[in-house]
Amino acid sequence: MIENLTKKYGKSRESLIPILQAVVEKENYLSEEAMNEIAKQLDISAAQVYGTASFYSFLDTEPRGKYVIRVCKSIIAEMKGKKEIIRTLENVLKIKVGQTTSDNMFSLLETNDIGWSDQEPSMLINENPYTNLTPEKVMSIINEYRK
Amino acid sequence: MSSHNLKKTDIIFGICHTSDDNQNILPGGVCKTSRTKYTVLEEVIKKDPQDIINDIIESGLKGRGGAGFPTGYKWKFGAASPEAEKYVICNADEGEPGTFKDRDILLKVPGKIYAGMTICGYCIKAKQGYIYLRGEYRYMIPELQKVLDEFHETIKEIGFDFHIDILLGSGAYVCGEETALMESMEGKRGEPRNKPPFPTIEGFRNKPTVINNVETFVNVVMIQKLGVGEFSKLGTQDSRGSKVFSVSGDTPIPGVYELELGMKLSDFVDEYGDGDTKAVQVGGASGFCVPRKKFDDTIIGFEGIPTGGSMMLFNSSRSMYNVLCNYLDFFAEESCGQCTPCRVGCQQLIRGIKAVKCGQRPPEYLDTLLKLTDSMRLSAKCGLGQSVANSFSSIVSNFTEEMIY
Ligand SMILES: Cc1cc2nc3c(=O)[nH]c(=O)nc-3n(C[C@H](O)[C@H](O)[C@H](O)COP(=O)(O)O)c2cc1C
Ligand code: SF4
Ligand code: FES
Repeated sequence: MIENLTKKYGKSRESLIPILQAVVEKENYLSEEAMNEIAKQLDISAAQVYGTASFYSFLDTEPRGKYVIRVCKSIIAEMKGKKEIIRTLENVLKIKVGQTTSDNMFSLLETNDIGWSDQEPSMLINENPYTNLTPEKVMSIINEYRK
Repeated sequence: MSSHNLKKTDIIFGICHTSDDNQNILPGGVCKTSRTKYTVLEEVIKKDPQDIINDIIESGLKGRGGAGFPTGYKWKFGAASPEAEKYVICNADEGEPGTFKDRDILLKVPGKIYAGMTICGYCIKAKQGYIYLRGEYRYMIPELQKVLDEFHETIKEIGFDFHIDILLGSGAYVCGEETALMESMEGKRGEPRNKPPFPTIEGFRNKPTVINNVETFVNVVMIQKLGVGEFSKLGTQDSRGSKVFSVSGDTPIPGVYELELGMKLSDFVDEYGDGDTKAVQVGGASGFCVPRKKFDDTIIGFEGIPTGGSMMLFNSSRSMYNVLCNYLDFFAEESCGQCTPCRVGCQQLIRGIKAVKCGQRPPEYLDTLLKLTDSMRLSAKCGLGQSVANSFSSIVSNFTEEMIY
């Protein structure tokens, strides 16, 4: 896979982040093997790859589920009922913030402002935003993803 | 000019301003008259780049990303360099809490953003532009790319030699800082560089680079379209034009609004507040908190409180202590950790206000913390660490009781 990505993005240092992003999109996170392989292909040290990846919150270096849920925790979200949304997600998924379901379907995380403060509470599932959340809405969204 | 009533404007989102233009509107909000699209660009290419830059200087346009540097001068510096390789970057990282206006500009009028970047490329003689889009906006890429592909064809027909690529961020607020953004584009950790040299001298790939906010580029297009005179009728002496605001919090009508710059905060609160507004945070977590008693004396604009457009309203049910804690957690998390005042300072501020709140430290300790933010303002390497003082001191000094009891 990495070889295909270097064919697409090139082997310069500038292609590092697009490659890392593409791996996360495919495999949900950056495994050690993937990072080592990228380092080899781009001819830089594994430490440089890891150092870059670990800087960015979306370039996960821990295993994540197929669907990564990121609930906004910025101030407006907090004011508009983020806690209840987290509680609902923890209940339906039976995990805590920071964890992944045992079937590797969902990971639940919190994140800073995602650009929807006018429609809080909000969350991203992978790249897709969901806004004006209510506990009922959250449950039906999760049910859709489970199908 | 000081008794300014709230005026809604329609510069950024308004589609077109002449009747025949309105007959053919492209997705992306740029006018299409008969076969020819992007009429602005057809006029622009007939002009001397120097004249366009002078227009922008004369218009008084200042950057819409927060810092407010005069756009025309930035372009002039970019144009002055004799280097053959130069770049135009559109900063679409929009990570400031409570800011979402670039989201709507990107979704509604992407064509105007591309046109503004192309005008910049023409003025400074750059052939390549990049949009650095925050990772949280990845869902926009298919639509943005579609409009961009059409755009490329059109400008080729008109005769521009300019190409735009979209690059994606990966969830780091500090990458909105212009030099961190360039580090990130170069495939590295998004750690801000020392300035000077400024990007117009050494930017992306160490080449002269002009970087502007999404909204700034759109303003340039509208200055060309409307003329300098029409544009500078809006706003005040120091704050020309209109501004797109992100309105959130305790308001019955949260959303994106385009308003004339230089308004009084009290006029704004009359329109957008819920009748019980206790404070407005102007400019996001890195901006200033204004308490009710100062609404009347506060001007929103470069002569008062400058802002990237975030307006968060808080009513009397809100704890300003909680608000401040949320901001400080945000800064501590997003600090790149490169310099000590910011990395350690953010942590100490969190510990400090918690210690005062629970009585472990006397109220006077807040003064020590205020001194700490003063030194962060002076010694932090980039705007992130420097601006922690803004919200900290404005909240702590205006809502001292809430910090203690
Ligand atoms: C921590 C930090 C984050 C920033 N984030 C953004 C941003 O998301 N968008 C933006 O346009 N400017 C942001 N800026 C300001 C940029 O560094 C730069 O001043 C701006 O892009 C210049 O464009 P303008 O002159 O058109 O405003 C940020 C600055 C700092 C210090
Ligand atoms: S002020 Fe903060 S974010 Fe800026 S360079 Fe220093 S540690 Fe990094
Ligand atoms: S507060 Fe959640 S997106 Fe802004």
